[in-house]
Amino acid sequence: MTYKLETKNVELWYDDFHAVKGISLGIKENQVTAFIGPSGCGKSTLLRCFNRMNDRIAGCRISGEFLLEGKDIYDPKVDVVHLRSHIGMVFQKPNPFPKSIFENIAYAPRIHGVVKNSADMDVLVEKSLKRAGLWNEVKDKLHQPGTALSGGQQQRLCIARAIAMQPDIILMDEPCSALDPIATAKIEELIDELKQTFTIVMVTHNMQQAARVSDQTAFFYLGELIEMADTHTIFTAPGKQQTEDYITGRFG
Amino acid sequence: MPQHTIKRFDEELNELKDRILSMGALVERAIRRSMKALNKFDTDRARKVIDRDRAINALEVEIDEMTRSILALRQPAAGDLRFIITTIKIVTDLERCGDLAEGIAKAVVQNQERPLTNLDSMNSLADTVCAQVSISLDAFARGDVNAALTCVEGDRKVGKLFKAMQRENLSYMIEDPRQISVGLAAFNIGRNLERIGSHAANISEMVIYMVKGHDIRHVDHETAAALISGDMPDHD
Repeated sequence: MTYKLETKNVELWYDDFHAVKGISLGIKENQVTAFIGPSGCGKSTLLRCFNRMNDRIAGCRISGEFLLEGKDIYDPKVDVVHLRSHIGMVFQKPNPFPKSIFENIAYAPRIHGVVKNSADMDVLVEKSLKRAGLWNEVKDKLHQPGTALSGGQQQRLCIARAIAMQPDIILMDEPCSALDPIATAKIEELIDELKQTFTIVMVTHNMQQAARVSDQTAFFYLGELIEMADTHTIFTAPGKQQTEDYITGRFG
Repeated sequence: MPQHTIKRFDEELNELKDRILSMGALVERAIRRSMKALNKFDTDRARKVIDRDRAINALEVEIDEMTRSILALRQPAAGDLRFIITTIKIVTDLERCGDLAEGIAKAVVQNQERPLTNLDSMNSLADTVCAQVSISLDAFARGDVNAALTCVEGDRKVGKLFKAMQRENLSYMIEDPRQISVGLAAFNIGRNLERIGSHAANISEMVIYMVKGHDIRHVDHETAAALISGDMPDHD
């Protein structure tokens, strides 16, 4: 089986700390894959490796393979900026640029030369905001600051910003942990729609969220991948006792 | 298995299991007592079985409320979820067993003028059915897959004993038409016992689901055994 993203025997150290241990897994195209596990299990570290965000961390060493459609993303010839345009990222806390809503979307496509003229840019901004389910709420205030929006709207703005670059993959690191239940539900509904077009990998501490939105779930513990399977199996009849203990709240 | 981080959840699951086993004990007693009433022509004992069915029904309502509460407040997953689903299913089986035992007791009261005789085949069926109920409840209490599978297989024996009892009963009715009304009562009691046996098998099937996560309902024995041993993936 070919995967959209694949890791083979990945190891990662922060200086002497062995954070990720021998992880091999495959991410299927147009599916939502959730990474779950207690704090410090290596799930966010692994997620950040997918668009090489650990490159600039001093003392971070990585071995093994990360393959995007079979091609090694850590190959020295790979342009990291280009890679990140294919693999977008949404963070835990909404982090819109201190610019207008319009500019938040338009900034990256403009500097990457994705669109040629302002008319095309208008279309791209509208399309991105519509796909992120935000257009109706912001269409009359596109030139107001993105930071003036509510937390849930800001997070959808960040998703719209990621979508605008037309990536293949969107990485989400606890995208709803700072949001209230209604804003969370909107993001989850959005994720369900976005997977038609994108491959999504998300880290979440909320197991019910993993159960609700993901197709595949991977459980990590102390830097190891304990179990990865379809979400239904993980939440009804996991194969490993450690997964069972974590899912049922019997940990530690 | 380690305890939940939230200790109250463990207590709730233990309470739920205790209630199911209490209900099972009442059901077992109702079956045995209804058969004893039948054998001893003891209508007082039969009436007690009828009265005590209310306690079984009350436990059904209480257990349903406990499971609703756990589902709403704890959002159980994995083994906990399978346990809750199992209790929801088997509480209905147990309640039906109670009703069927009550039905036997009512037949004793209704036929007090013409008590049933030739009860050997029926007693043999009842003994097997009581053992089936007992095995299924023990399997639930201990999470014993092998015992549960034995019970599921044992339902064939119940079916055979019921058929043998029917044949024998029919021959009595053919020999002596005056036996027809008593024979029909005997047939209904045998049918109740056979139904109790099926409920015991249902309980055992759910125990296998609870422990192993495999749904073996409506599959043949070989497939069930292969699923349990992990040699075959679940059917969708």
